[in-house]
Amino acid sequence: MSIVHQTRWSRLWEGLRSLTGDNSFERYVKHLAIHHPEAQPLTRARFYASELERRWNKGGPTRCC
Amino acid sequence: MGSKRIRQWLIWGLITLIGAGSFASIALNRGESINAAWLVVAAACVYLLAYRFYSGWIAARVLALDATRATPAESLENGRDFMPTNRWIVFGHHFAAIAGAGPLVGPTLAAQFGYLPGTLWLLVGAVLGGCVQDMLVMFCSVRRNGRGLGQMAHDELSPMGGTAALVAILTIMTILIAVLALVIVKAMAHSPWSTFTVFATIPIAILVGIYLRVLRPGRVLEGTAVGVVLLLLAVVAGGWVHGNAQLRGLFDFDARALSWFVMIYGFVAAVLPVWLLLAPRDYLSTFVKLGVVALLAVAVCVIAPEIKMPALTRFIDGTGPIFSGKLFPFLFITLACGAISGFHSLVASGTTPKLLARETDLRLVGYGSMALESSVGILALIAACVLDPGVYFAINVAGGVVGTDPQVATATITSWGFAVTPEQMQSLAQSMGEQTLFARTGGAPSLAVGMASIFGSAFGQTLHAMWYHFAIMFEAVFILTVLDAGTRVGRFIVQEAFGRFSAQFGRTSWYPSVVLSSLVTVAAWGYFLYIGVIDPNGGINILWPLFGIANQLLAAIALSVVTAILVKSGRIRYAWVSGAPLAWLVTVTTTASLQKILSSDPKLGFFAAARDLSEQLAAGLLSPDRAAVAPQLIFNQHLDGWLTVFFLALVWIVVLDMVRSSMAYLSGRDARGCREAPYQRTQLA
Repeated sequence: MSIVHQTRWSRLWEGLRSLTGDNSFERYVKHLAIHHPEAQPLTRARFYASELERRWNKGGPTRCC
Repeated sequence: MGSKRIRQWLIWGLITLIGAGSFASIALNRGESINAAWLVVAAACVYLLAYRFYSGWIAARVLALDATRATPAESLENGRDFMPTNRWIVFGHHFAAIAGAGPLVGPTLAAQFGYLPGTLWLLVGAVLGGCVQDMLVMFCSVRRNGRGLGQMAHDELSPMGGTAALVAILTIMTILIAVLALVIVKAMAHSPWSTFTVFATIPIAILVGIYLRVLRPGRVLEGTAVGVVLLLLAVVAGGWVHGNAQLRGLFDFDARALSWFVMIYGFVAAVLPVWLLLAPRDYLSTFVKLGVVALLAVAVCVIAPEIKMPALTRFIDGTGPIFSGKLFPFLFITLACGAISGFHSLVASGTTPKLLARETDLRLVGYGSMALESSVGILALIAACVLDPGVYFAINVAGGVVGTDPQVATATITSWGFAVTPEQMQSLAQSMGEQTLFARTGGAPSLAVGMASIFGSAFGQTLHAMWYHFAIMFEAVFILTVLDAGTRVGRFIVQEAFGRFSAQFGRTSWYPSVVLSSLVTVAAWGYFLYIGVIDPNGGINILWPLFGIANQLLAAIALSVVTAILVKSGRIRYAWVSGAPLAWLVTVTTTASLQKILSSDPKLGFFAAARDLSEQLAAGLLSPDRAAVAPQLIFNQHLDGWLTVFFLALVWIVVLDMVRSSMAYLSGRDARGCREAPYQRTQLA
């Protein structure tokens, strides 16, 4: 019972982290490890900075009325 | 028939019965007040049934969604924007991106017609129009590697269609920022508590920005949690400012001064690095937005308030004091966002499709999130309709319409059949921690009063003033996010346009170019904001219809692109799925535009209003303060008139372009068909 309980909460927590982008760095590192094992990942700080750059300084609107 | 199938039949049969029963009780209770619970239950049943059956039919028959087909998130995965993601997470992302102030303000204003027209159009418009638009645009973008709407219009219609779409996006953004800025300026005018709280959100966002960039890079949840706590503190601290005579003076500004603050703020936010202000503010606003919507839904369900607004008011004849024009077409123009929002097509193409792991997910993400967005519109409508109608009109009608003297204003509103007294307004303002609630146009204050009374009865009667300013803060946080983000997008479009003449200028990081293009963008929306502020009739009555027309125009462009794609991909027998809402939108926008251009009623027609005001000015009939702003208002009415002509032309250019390109395909002159990316089988389990 307690194990089921734990996984349910941790899934909810992971969902919240994905929703807010809290775990985007982990996801990026995982992606590199699987698809480009030879590549050197950015540091957490550099990754955050470049993500903001991508999201806000290129392309169209990301927020509605 | 298996037992599972029987159970399904029973469940959906029950939902149909409950929905039909709720509508019956709404219909049979005409003349006496009804409980908001009936509206909520009826709406929920409509969304559920439409989602289960209509979106299911569209997914299976019209689009034939294919779960074996690799989406761009998979085939172009880069660990960043292209990334297969759980559908509930994408649903959350997409909903957070499309939910804004539009479906809160529109229904609040549309309540002048009574609760029934707004409710019906929010439901019908969403399930047959808005949800369909979002889902189909998303489908087209998923099949085209996540292309944006402008690019799809360019590819599937013609380069001219693409240009028309881009111009429409820039114009609608300008009007959108202006109208939302006006909403927040009107909410802050002579309200030290609101002004302090809204101002405090700026340093709070900067603090969170520094936390996320310097102290704990990328720890979004931690940073946001700190920020949300500080925002709540800012609401409380606003109360201290309100209670202290000296501090109160420091934050007591009129609308003109506040409009300059907002313009300066918009300019600074557009040139500052995103990590410092824009990104952290966006994290905060998403959090607060989702939290408040959930809280409002719970509160409405818990206390089930009585609806005090009649089902229909006398203003359906076009004499409405909040905005002019008859039920048709202006109900549809005013509600816009909660039923069909053209702006969604920009998020539904481009951003969200890059996250969908499976094609079949777009039913939940596209159709489902718009249904949820529409239900937020229903909640806003309920919040407006639980107020005494007299109070609702006293808050929302401008001094230019009913007079600025409380005695005169309440007497006029009472003579319409909606009783209200100056004492009632005074004690309401006092309990909300405001100096006055008369003529607080723009929709935000009346929504905040409605929310405060709902939250107050659900979670504590004594905290009305706190809830009121919490609601204002909630609206301000994401209105300012739209203002920052929109100014930035406008800046990029201007830089790109200037870049055609000077390569130096096209470099988005060259500082003189950044400053100049930001100034141009801020000046464009700042102009409409300023005129809205000096207009004695409240400004919102001009700007909101203009915004509604522009928004519906963008929806018409999106539906044209989708209809052309349906025709050209051999789905002509289903082309009505997008064609019918398109025909309706074209009818509504054309009728509304023509009335705004041609009507001889100065309350309705732009040119008629300009003529009327010039005559009054020439005859010396205006009071000195009105005469002082009259020349600017006359110029603005002309400008708005020509802008409407321009919108009307854009709609028809795109619609005719859609017809032309569909005919070319059907007659065999254009054999290429639509430009779908080739099929690739998914490797995902």
